[in-house]
Amino acid sequence: MIRLVRLFSTSVGDKLIVALTGGALLVFLLGHMLGNMTVFQGPDSLNGYAAWLQGHPLVWFFRFGLVAVFVAHVLVTVRLTKANRRARPVRYSRRVARQMSFTSRYMVLSGLVVMSFLAFHLLHLTFGVIQPEIYQLEDSQQRHDVYAMVVSGFRNPWIAGSYVLSILLLGLHLIHGAASLFQTLGINHESYTVLIRYGVYLLVTGIVLGYCSIPLLIFSGTVSLEGG
Amino acid sequence: MKFTLCVWRQLNSDEPGSMVSYEVDGVSEDMSFLEVLDLLNENLVVRGEEPIAFDHDCREGICGMCALVINGVPHGPEPVTTACQLHMRKFTDGQTITVEPWRAAAFPVIRDLVVDRRSLDRVIQAGGFVSVNTGSAPDANALPISKDAADRAFEAAACIGCGACVAACPNASASLFVAAKVAQFAALPQGQPERLQRAIHLVEAMDREGFGGCTNHYECEAVCPKGIPVSFIAHLNRDFLKAALMSREVRDVPPAVEAEE
Repeated sequence: MIRLVRLFSTSVGDKLIVALTGGALLVFLLGHMLGNMTVFQGPDSLNGYAAWLQGHPLVWFFRFGLVAVFVAHVLVTVRLTKANRRARPVRYSRRVARQMSFTSRYMVLSGLVVMSFLAFHLLHLTFGVIQPEIYQLEDSQQRHDVYAMVVSGFRNPWIAGSYVLSILLLGLHLIHGAASLFQTLGINHESYTVLIRYGVYLLVTGIVLGYCSIPLLIFSGTVSLEGG
Repeated sequence: MKFTLCVWRQLNSDEPGSMVSYEVDGVSEDMSFLEVLDLLNENLVVRGEEPIAFDHDCREGICGMCALVINGVPHGPEPVTTACQLHMRKFTDGQTITVEPWRAAAFPVIRDLVVDRRSLDRVIQAGGFVSVNTGSAPDANALPISKDAADRAFEAAACIGCGACVAACPNASASLFVAAKVAQFAALPQGQPERLQRAIHLVEAMDREGFGGCTNHYECEAVCPKGIPVSFIAHLNRDFLKAALMSREVRDVPPAVEAEE
């Protein structure tokens, strides 16, 4: 145990923690997206899915797990970033990047954007602070009317716009994150580097399109309060 | 050819440094970058000024001593080339060229463009070696090594330890250097007994020396004068993970022996 703590406090160990927690969060993002997609099947489907989740015996286990994974991802990144800043106390007066990508350069920034979006999203649709008027609705079966909440929420252009923008920035974070996951776990071989690169693009594009489709289709009126 | 050189001048590690501009005329396009510094230094000596201190040794691209960030790129604009092998025909006449030392907490400036890179030596002392019996040389090919493994080891062994990877890394990480050492021995049968310990010891030594961690920008690969690829860093991560999960014991690193000054 002491040995594991020692090894996972090194820079490579920290990176492994960030990679593994990031991977877990990526899996959550996929699951959350697929669940949210039930909005396209109408009110009954989404409200039923929400009620099923709320009533699931393991729901608190997953909630605490998710928070723990998220906190570890952020805290270990903070530790790594601090060490990385310390490693170069004097900056170059001129420095030209050769192949550093846009997404890798702004990883911390895009992470902070994702974090503030997450706070906004939780206040909006989980705790009902931002639009309290849409939070207390019930459907015909006395279930929490998530469908009405989401659809009326995304009618607001500012809300829909900020969701779409945040998801796009999340996509930038995921492109570098998902590609780095493989490198940090040591999965890099010339026979499948191309596969990983384009696989990551495909996965991230799928996640971004999947999430963005919800506010966009609701705002455009394709998905309406009456369902369908 | 005529150039304006903007050079980092610093008296010693305690004094603050600054960029100073110098004009240098009569440069031949066949001169190497270090020869331009030689020419400038001769002019400085004639004028009664202190010459610019810079590291150099073999001047044929194999020793890893030259350590100049030229126009914002370690070893200059030419890929897979050390500063000593960089010729002035790669620049345009009249250009202003900035020259800075490697910048890293683990590489303190000794004077001007000379940095102390003994931190890399201490990393090597922590595990970048194989233990072999001394005595008469073994028979050639007594130990079968596949061509593939030999090539892979040689690709990693091409590292000359110049530290350009550290200089280029936004985190001043020595990951590519450490990865090359780990991968070189991991490819060969002689490297197997200490393989997992080596990955742990080198990574711990790298952290101890104040190098940063890898965040996969891959700037190191782009400036490495020996073209060492970042797939070796994945190899390092793999060996480290394996060591963390599978090795039975983690010994402490023997204390580093400081070289005579």
